[in-house]
Amino acid sequence: MAMPNPSSPADTRRWMRGCEVHRDAFIDPDVFALEMQTVFSHTWVFVGHGSQIPQPGDYVTTTVGDQPVVMVRQWNGGISVLHNRCAHKGVKVAGREQGNTGKFFRCPYHAWTYQLDGAVLAIPLKSGYAHSGLEGTEAALGMAAVGAVQVYRDFVFCRLSQQGESFADFFGDSLSTIDNMVDRSPEGKLEVAGGVLRYMHRCNWKMLVDNQTDTCHPMVAHESSAGTAVKVWKAAPEGTPKPMAVELFAPFVSPYEFFEGMGIRSWPNGHGHTGTADSIHAAYSPVPGYWDQMKAAYGEQRAQQILGEVRHNTIYFPNIMVKGPIQTLRIFKPLAADRTLVESWTFRLVGAPDLLLERTLMYNRLINAPTSVVGHDDLEVYERSQQALHSRGRDWVNVGRLYDPAETLTPTQVVNGTSELQMRNQYRAWAKYLAMGPEVRL
Amino acid sequence: MSLSTHQTLVDVVYHEARCIDEQRWDEWLALYTDDAHYWMPLTHGQTDPLLQGSLMYEDKMLLGIRVERLKGRRTFSQEPISRCHHLLQAPSVEMLDAGLGQARLRTAFHYVETRGDEQQLYAGWASHDLRLQGADWRIVLKRVDLVNCDAAFGNIQLFM
Repeated sequence: MAMPNPSSPADTRRWMRGCEVHRDAFIDPDVFALEMQTVFSHTWVFVGHGSQIPQPGDYVTTTVGDQPVVMVRQWNGGISVLHNRCAHKGVKVAGREQGNTGKFFRCPYHAWTYQLDGAVLAIPLKSGYAHSGLEGTEAALGMAAVGAVQVYRDFVFCRLSQQGESFADFFGDSLSTIDNMVDRSPEGKLEVAGGVLRYMHRCNWKMLVDNQTDTCHPMVAHESSAGTAVKVWKAAPEGTPKPMAVELFAPFVSPYEFFEGMGIRSWPNGHGHTGTADSIHAAYSPVPGYWDQMKAAYGEQRAQQILGEVRHNTIYFPNIMVKGPIQTLRIFKPLAADRTLVESWTFRLVGAPDLLLERTLMYNRLINAPTSVVGHDDLEVYERSQQALHSRGRDWVNVGRLYDPAETLTPTQVVNGTSELQMRNQYRAWAKYLAMGPEVRL
Repeated sequence: MSLSTHQTLVDVVYHEARCIDEQRWDEWLALYTDDAHYWMPLTHGQTDPLLQGSLMYEDKMLLGIRVERLKGRRTFSQEPISRCHHLLQAPSVEMLDAGLGQARLRTAFHYVETRGDEQQLYAGWASHDLRLQGADWRIVLKRVDLVNCDAAFGNIQLFM
């Protein structure tokens, strides 16, 4: 039995006031430690995708906040998420990033074995525990399951805390972005495909989350990359067909007016997205054959509706971003106050032309790789922030563009695309979960 | 193969590395054919650059954008600039077809990229597919296989 801590020590006013966030939120290791036990424990955090583990015994190891976990397919087709820690001496049981464990997990240290749901299966030389009171120890409980797991259209989320908000309450209408990405497959099915780009950032994870709905930086920070791409393209001989790479780069340096008109929608609990009316993904060239497949699968009207939704970046608080029209998902894995591992995933729309996956992979390479010039632009400013926020010359970070103190009264709203409303929404959610304090295990 | 052809091919690889290390970007780009690609796979033994993810798979236009960007006044990730150093093992000629004017070389390397006070070491193998154009051997495909291609990296801003 576990309960929220009634004597929560968190005074969120220390970290957020109006449209300002205190610099300690980004640089203080104590805040980071508290985030791991609150924000990443009480919320529903993305773990992985069902297509990674099709068969019973298939597993993926990952982290939820700072917690090592293993996501595993059960015999009955369900998916469990277990703390990846042997009940005996604490060894990480599943060792590979991805694999099949067979009928059970086996610890490499003393060969304690566990059912796929974490229950103890066998302990070598068990007679040695015959009168030891093993059944009264924690070890007898096996590998611990996380508080709750929910699989939504193959996307696997978990809540570490035993008690808390339901999945449906936490995400609400924001699930429409996942719906749209899945619906873009004529078969209504996605597969993780193409490999994951892993990019180490020496900055706080919230800077990345903040950046996803920041529509006033592309024309500035990415002038060097996307701006140069446009310049080089303009110098190409007339009549040269526009390369896919230019089509992907160019919208980044659209004028402010474009981003203003793009729109931003925020939902309760820190979720929200850019691109309600238009987006940088709206004007890609049609992929031959795709429209006919969609029309056949859904009918013309519904297919138009699905493909007409061109949402840019959707933040699922706390730490993923999904792009429906280009089938990518980014995870901002917090490692320390000043260290974040960014994983960029790509999906195949099952039944759709390969060219869509090819475009998705090119986008990921050009924008999200450690070798990406757009990535270089962004990481430079994050790392400069991480350093300069140690300045005592100013204490607060400003997220006040188009701020209205009354905005908190409207949980879901659509506003001007250059508003920092969604950033404030994220920081408010962050402060809310922080204030709950760690779950107390009774 | 004649000793002089062998040396000519090997010299292309050495010359390319030197152009990069000395940041002679225009000269470096001119070593590539117009239809060339520069490929850094994401996984060991990768065969597909299009339907599998890569760290880089760039044609000459994209390489040209990188070179222009490195020169740009608003390229803040190059304040201060990055510098790099190649240490190459003697390239081996894996294939040579003098008639077709095609060759492939393989070169083990250590590559260091520095910026400010930071220095990163990378190790791997480069393969150069060369084509004879007129009197000169040009690069059609450069493939860079890092020994830890699947690791999480920070910024890699120059060329291996």
